Amino acid sequence: MANTTTSAAPARTQKAPEAGALVARRKRRYTLLTRHDKILLALMVGVPLTLDVLLIWGPTLASVALSFTNWQNIGPITGKNFVGLKNYQFMFTGYTLFWPAFIHNLIWLAWLTLIATPLGMFFAVLLDREMRGTRIYQSVFFLPVVLSLVVVGFIWDLQFAPTDGFINNALGTAKSANLIDWLGNPRINLFSILIATSWRHIGYIMILYLAGLKSVDPSLREAARVDGATEVQTFFRVVLPVMAPINVIIVVVTAIEALRAFDIAFIINQGKNGLELLSILIYNNSISEASLVGFGSAIAVILLLISLVPIVAFLSRVMRTLA
Amino acid sequence: MGDSREAKRVRNRLALRDAALNLDLDLSRRDVLKIAGYGSLAAFIAACGGSGGGTTSGITATGGKMSLGSYNTDPGSKAGTQAIVDAFKAANGGTKVTLNTVDHGTFQNQISSYLQGTPEDVFTWFSGHRMRFFADKGLATPIDDVWDAVKSNYTSGFEASIKGNDGKAYAIPTDYYPWAVFYRKDVWAAKGYNVPTNWDDFKALCAKMKSDGLIPIAFADKDGWPAQGTFDILNLRMNGYDFHVNLLTGQNGQKWTDPKVTAVFKKWSEITQYYSPAFAGLTWEQGADQLLRKQAGMYLLGLFVSDEFKASGSQADVDQLDFFAFPHLGTQYDAEEALDAPIDVFMMTKKSPTLNSDLGQAKAFLEFMAKGSTQVLYWKNAPGSIPTANDADTSQYPALTKKAVQIVSNAKKITQYFDRDSRPDYAGPNGMQGFLLKFLSNPSGNTTTLQQQMQAFWDSLPAE
Repeated sequence: MANTTTSAAPARTQKAPEAGALVARRKRRYTLLTRHDKILLALMVGVPLTLDVLLIWGPTLASVALSFTNWQNIGPITGKNFVGLKNYQFMFTGYTLFWPAFIHNLIWLAWLTLIATPLGMFFAVLLDREMRGTRIYQSVFFLPVVLSLVVVGFIWDLQFAPTDGFINNALGTAKSANLIDWLGNPRINLFSILIATSWRHIGYIMILYLAGLKSVDPSLREAARVDGATEVQTFFRVVLPVMAPINVIIVVVTAIEALRAFDIAFIINQGKNGLELLSILIYNNSISEASLVGFGSAIAVILLLISLVPIVAFLSRVMRTLA
Repeated sequence: MGDSREAKRVRNRLALRDAALNLDLDLSRRDVLKIAGYGSLAAFIAACGGSGGGTTSGITATGGKMSLGSYNTDPGSKAGTQAIVDAFKAANGGTKVTLNTVDHGTFQNQISSYLQGTPEDVFTWFSGHRMRFFADKGLATPIDDVWDAVKSNYTSGFEASIKGNDGKAYAIPTDYYPWAVFYRKDVWAAKGYNVPTNWDDFKALCAKMKSDGLIPIAFADKDGWPAQGTFDILNLRMNGYDFHVNLLTGQNGQKWTDPKVTAVFKKWSEITQYYSPAFAGLTWEQGADQLLRKQAGMYLLGLFVSDEFKASGSQADVDQLDFFAFPHLGTQYDAEEALDAPIDVFMMTKKSPTLNSDLGQAKAFLEFMAKGSTQVLYWKNAPGSIPTANDADTSQYPALTKKAVQIVSNAKKITQYFDRDSRPDYAGPNGMQGFLLKFLSNPSGNTTTLQQQMQAFWDSLPAE
């Protein structure tokens, strides 16, 4: 759009005197745009903007507003519903689940960043090496990605079940008194579901990265080899820098996955007893029968603020690239 | 295979739990005293077998159409609901019933939005606190005319359970079931166990079972709500019905930091060593399976545990199932013989767009639901739900159901269940479910901090 306007401008400038006279007579501001341009502009900016405001900014601002109330999803919101910063105050000082949930989200992010995502990238690099049966491996690792997280949750719920689950039976501990409680022990259940998450996440990252690797110009690697670089050197000094755009996407995807973590923990036990996550606290407070919409909104605002960090980082990078 | 069955059961279990306890109704509100005055619900239930429900004219209509929003999604209750709808259609001049069945958990979670939006004419719900809540908000239509027509078919305890805070009738009670300690007769006979009547006998029996290689008490709290049943019964036995009601509703300044609550946790910690290993990762069905497979000796649960036995497909197993009331703890409140026994109801919405045109049919449907024959139709599909009407044909009840009716009749005080007697935001995963799991992760620890957290959470909740 911007390009079209600027390229069209010089041609119009030639006619400026004539047009300018016209504009002056009508006491209108001089413009470079024809009526057609304006309508087009209005449509192209207006429609997305309207949708954006209606569907994203509206609800977001409504959430922020609701976070200052104690509204319970019944009846109108009146002045009596506004409680100032009480929700935030309780969240940070009295609510025993907020900080655990916050830390669980951080652990989730750390696990994905340090373990699951690198593993996915590693698999991608391996599978990129034209080994025999690479298609089969790709399919196997990618298979979980086509499943919804809810299904992944159900599958692993059954695998981890203490007495009739596959894992404890395979370990032969299902009938003993000291069997491992994968889902009920608050010290380990978060890691149980992180394994379940990774099962899917690794395949997702792998396929994204594999696509990127395929697009790397083979002559670059050849040149590196000719120069005597080892495999490892080639990857870190040549391939990785070339893959910069994909790397950014991987980082963003990982951050988003960590922030939106919800499904598996919710399927397992509605996110309690060690599986608290910010998204689940929002649900349990505001959408469940509890209907504490105000308090849930306050948690949502905090999650929004946290989410803004990777979003702003990503956008500012993209903007810089474009500029 | 297992997966879908499990998924289904999760839903069923939710459904059943909720259905469980509405008898006491809104204990928390002004009715507390009124209900206390009624004394034993048992009396009215025992009085069952009277005359059939009355029929009225003028308020109902035949033919036409109506709609029903149902949360009965588990196979038995879904079939039962369909059977009722079919029977109603046949009996009411071919009234066309639009049945909208919604997953139980979803229905419950979205009830506020549902009732404020475009609900069906009639919907399934719980009696008591949660019924009154929506009645107070003007989201349910009073049905005094229907109730007047059918109340001769109910005992006064049920009547109390469906009255709103304004004294109007808001629901038709359709089924209920008690919570008790379940066991297998064959296992007990083989080992020579006897029903314990006091706390020491109970603990001694647990120790004996443990030495016999059994899990003494099946316990499964992955979903958070089953532990509330143990809290209910211990609190009722130790501190009495009035204290329990005040505590769960915050009335009369009752606080969770009360030493009486500490005492409940302390008592509870004496039996947690006998619980199923890894209970925080087990669903109630998995707990029921431990009882079914003779791995566990006892199981404190609602009568719906019999549905799990029935699902095993073996009538021989179902026949072995028996139960006893939770043992006495040697307090003055033993005499109350209190227990959880929730009631399910059908209610009429307020904002249904079709209610004006369907009012007569909707009332006819509610009246139909108050008949014993209708409720028995449902019970045949979902045997964990005992009919509430006086004219229900009890002759076909198996011994287990008869005993369940009996145990409720013996109770001087009846509660619904923690999550029906208290406010839902407090009873849920955010609140009591999480607090109890925390307690159970270290039952012998000091509960002072935990109780302070419970009270702080309570204090943070907006006025209901």
